[in-house]
Amino acid sequence: MSTETIEAPVVKESEALLSRRRRKFLTDPLNDDNPITIQVLGICSALAVTTQMKPTMVMALSVIFVMIFSNLIISLLRNAIPGRIRIIVQLAIVATLVTLVNEVLKAYAFDVYKQLSVFIGLIITNCIVMGRLEAFALGNKPYDSVLDGLGSGLGYSWIILAVAFFRELWGSGKVFGYDVMGAIGFESFSANGLMVSPVGAFIVLGFIIWVQRSKTGYVEH
Amino acid sequence: MQSNKYIIIFALVLTAVLGGLLSGVSQVLGPTQKKAQDLDTKKQILGAIPAEKEALGDMEAEEILARYNEVIFSEVTDYQGNLVDTNVKGGPMVAEEVNIEKNYKVPVEDRLFPVFKYSANGEESYILPVYGAGLWDAIWGFVALNPDLKSVKGISFDHKGETPGLGARITSDDVQERYRGKQLYNDNGEFVAITMVKGEKIPEDRLGPNKVDGLAGATLTANGVNDMLLNYIGYYQKYFDKNVKGGAVSLNNQ
Repeated sequence: MSTETIEAPVVKESEALLSRRRRKFLTDPLNDDNPITIQVLGICSALAVTTQMKPTMVMALSVIFVMIFSNLIISLLRNAIPGRIRIIVQLAIVATLVTLVNEVLKAYAFDVYKQLSVFIGLIITNCIVMGRLEAFALGNKPYDSVLDGLGSGLGYSWIILAVAFFRELWGSGKVFGYDVMGAIGFESFSANGLMVSPVGAFIVLGFIIWVQRSKTGYVEH
Repeated sequence: MQSNKYIIIFALVLTAVLGGLLSGVSQVLGPTQKKAQDLDTKKQILGAIPAEKEALGDMEAEEILARYNEVIFSEVTDYQGNLVDTNVKGGPMVAEEVNIEKNYKVPVEDRLFPVFKYSANGEESYILPVYGAGLWDAIWGFVALNPDLKSVKGISFDHKGETPGLGARITSDDVQERYRGKQLYNDNGEFVAITMVKGEKIPEDRLGPNKVDGLAGATLTANGVNDMLLNYIGYYQKYFDKNVKGGAVSLNNQ
């Protein structure tokens, strides 16, 4: 078992659905323990999909879904999974979930499928998903794991949405495809190649990390 | 530490369960997926016509299929421009069943080329499928030509894996609208198709009738689109020479 695994403290039987301890699973990844800005995981997808708000939104929702259910399944199986092959078991389950979503969308929401299928590989390789399985779901009860998955998913989502907001605005003058620069009378706004290319995401992400750390006082050790 | 036996059994059971689940789901959803895909292709064919594209947004699946059957007449031609009436199994050739992707993989002389003829509200057009390679994977589309066969009425593009926000923008309306009214022949009457230039927000008067504005950050996808249009529309020239008389859409074969 990984040394990073957080062992659940002994809990009384009648713990509230959203006790203070459990609320922390949801709120910690939003800021103090953010998967992207603090743990620096999932950077590749944060660069790749954040040129526009709309695909970023699809990616965020997919990752939240996959994180919740993979955390749940791994947590349910945690005592049966052999330690020596746990990584490949996690991978198989994440890949299965993503493929399932993909197949269902292809049948019933073809337009969404066309947008989403590009991200399939990115979700499976997203280190946040496997990181949470390894660090949390393997050592905690199912309900806590679901909360942890949701929290980490939300923490990931708000950062990539923030990056996408600035990249789409400064890169192509739009937000969710709506021509903001045109609407405020800045007609001559021309596409900014620096923001459209992945370099722009590094810069925006750098600023977000800077602002966040100057507020929380977090320092790398 | 579990025994090796346990690990092997666990791995086998897991593989069987997940594999069975996935193949089961794929079997169950297969027909629905095929239907969705057919509908999507027909939407793209209709969507090449600007007037139809506007109406598509509010239409239900059945309405789209009915509209398609009403206004589209299709036929299939070979590389030499001769019409093909029977498929390999000896049955009647159906243009909608010609798999452009499979045809793309065989030598160009052996390919089949579907033609979708559109006629409604006094508007007529030839809609040609095009297929090629983008930056990461396949790109394809449908080009609607005016009856003069020299200018573009409208275009619809799709892709398999272009980068969202960059190359994937070829599916967006504002990119596809750039092709409307553009000319396939230059001033000397040579077939040059339409070139998407490098760089974006270039004024229309500097582009001229054979060029469209580019995609910032997706020049390689744009190059793929250019090659696709030049090649595939070129393949249809023999068909036009042999089958289109007087520059009018002929629906006689139906």
